[in-house]
Amino acid sequence: MMRSVRVVIWVVEGTWEGCVDAARPSIPAAGRVALLHVTPSDVTGIAGAATAGLLGRGLPGSRTHRPVEEVAGKAATALLAAAALRLGREDAELLQRRGRVEREVIRAVAEDVDLLVVARDGDHSRLGPHSLGPATRFVVDHAPCSVLLVWPDEPPGIESIPPAPPHGPAPPPPV
Amino acid sequence: MPGPIAESLAGVLLVATLGCAIARPWGLPEALIAVPAAGLLLLLGVLPLSAAAIEVRSLGPTIGFLAAVLLLATLSDRFGLFEAAGGWMASGSRGRPVRLLALVFAVASTVTAVLSLDATVVLLTPVVFATVAQLRLRARPHVYACTHLANSASLLLPVSNLTNLLAFGASGLSFARFGATMALPWLAAIAVEWLLLRRFFAGDLVGHAEPQRPAAPRRPTPVYACAVVGLTLLGFFVTSLLGVAPAFAALAGALALAVPLLRSRRVSVREVGLALQVPLLAFVLGLGLIVKALSLHGLGAVVTHLVPVGASLGALLVVALVAALLANLINNLPAVLLLLPAVAALGPGPVLAVLIGVNTGPNLTYAGSLATLLWRRVLRQRGEELPVSEFMRLGALTVPPVLVAATVALWISLRVVG
Repeated sequence: MMRSVRVVIWVVEGTWEGCVDAARPSIPAAGRVALLHVTPSDVTGIAGAATAGLLGRGLPGSRTHRPVEEVAGKAATALLAAAALRLGREDAELLQRRGRVEREVIRAVAEDVDLLVVARDGDHSRLGPHSLGPATRFVVDHAPCSVLLVWPDEPPGIESIPPAPPHGPAPPPPV
Repeated sequence: MPGPIAESLAGVLLVATLGCAIARPWGLPEALIAVPAAGLLLLLGVLPLSAAAIEVRSLGPTIGFLAAVLLLATLSDRFGLFEAAGGWMASGSRGRPVRLLALVFAVASTVTAVLSLDATVVLLTPVVFATVAQLRLRARPHVYACTHLANSASLLLPVSNLTNLLAFGASGLSFARFGATMALPWLAAIAVEWLLLRRFFAGDLVGHAEPQRPAAPRRPTPVYACAVVGLTLLGFFVTSLLGVAPAFAALAGALALAVPLLRSRRVSVREVGLALQVPLLAFVLGLGLIVKALSLHGLGAVVTHLVPVGASLGALLVVALVAALLANLINNLPAVLLLLPAVAALGPGPVLAVLIGVNTGPNLTYAGSLATLLWRRVLRQRGEELPVSEFMRLGALTVPPVLVAATVALWISLRVVG
């Protein structure tokens, strides 16, 4: 018997709604679907580094420290639940991870995944070689499965392409 | 004790003190090494008793002022001031990430200026994090904005940063004049941070919070706490015009917040005592004495040699640069303590340039390179990490222009305000 297709949708704050909407037509009704969210472990580290700047004042354990970790975890759980609701698939598997975002995404799709749906992030006003954010770029380069790159909002018109340079460099001669 | 040995001993003790304050082995208080180290230097005669007495007398009022400001910030948090600020930012942003970033800039700059950078790092940053999470936007730009502004926006008032408090006496300026002179550099630093962070994080400032989401129950604005903080700020200026130490305004503000909280048993006397952060105050005193010993045995002369005389734009830029480098090499507190004796005689311009360096410089390594290295280990033990390449890249991008813009603004300000 053939195994069913498995699709993973990577949801990120700011683009998740568009990503879920754009992914919907690509999921076969009989296929399995999972929603993946990764909480970056370094953002809390940045806040922590500033605390180190105070020479240890307000370290965890002091009364003033609020559990940022906990807030992030709860927000991620709620985001995945909202994404499943929006997708309209109660059977969607929810994958909540924490770590280096790009590496956790690759790890989550390392086995038994046919398609990874990724929203384009980055700055849409400057399209070009660097218009994908660093994490998305890494995932597109290293995912061991097919990747569907979707626009989380309106795709740009073709007029966003700059005019071709009048005399481009000559192609390198064949060796 | 011969000079070089005394110098090395004081140097080793300074590094040990800073290291212990950051790594906090077994959660021990930061004063644990600082105070015995200062005692040892006194006992061995590296630090003469008379020099120590002068240092204690000059640091005493500063430490009292710091205690009152820390108490003011902690108690206003107990009134829900920071949670309310989170609510204002969430509703004011209308779910737009760039708008939210602008509000985070406004709130973080104000909190840093009025309630010190400690308040921004310890009390405001977690609230900003929670606000962003609630709006389902990306936290990175907003968290970086808080940590950067805690440093760059701490130029405005003597209370904004412990470094300012330490330099306040040496600057010979009144509270009001300090604020008037630093207003332009403060605005310049914030403006440059805005332009650069906005651009650096353009990719993360995407999307918008869904409007149909039910907003979290709004916390009522703590009117009383807002009024007390506002009046305290006014009090800083009034006391300074009357020739009274502005520390008394901070003390009055802290008392005005403490009394109703104590009466309604929302805080205990013990908690107020903890909020005074006595170990920290002892640490600052110990650190001051260690740096004094270091300064007496030759390092002071070296530093004096590094600092150019005069208040020309070039001289101010060199002073700010030296201060920023020193702050990144060791840490900004010992850096300002080392530099102050060298610049105090040169007038307010160079003193304020030192503050620009030691306050904005740390965005490169936050606590100085030593501290950052130690902090990475602490974080790794907790399963977190520090994106060193990212924050160094952002620091390298923002620190030089912020430093130059603020120093040029200071130069102009000194001409206008005089």
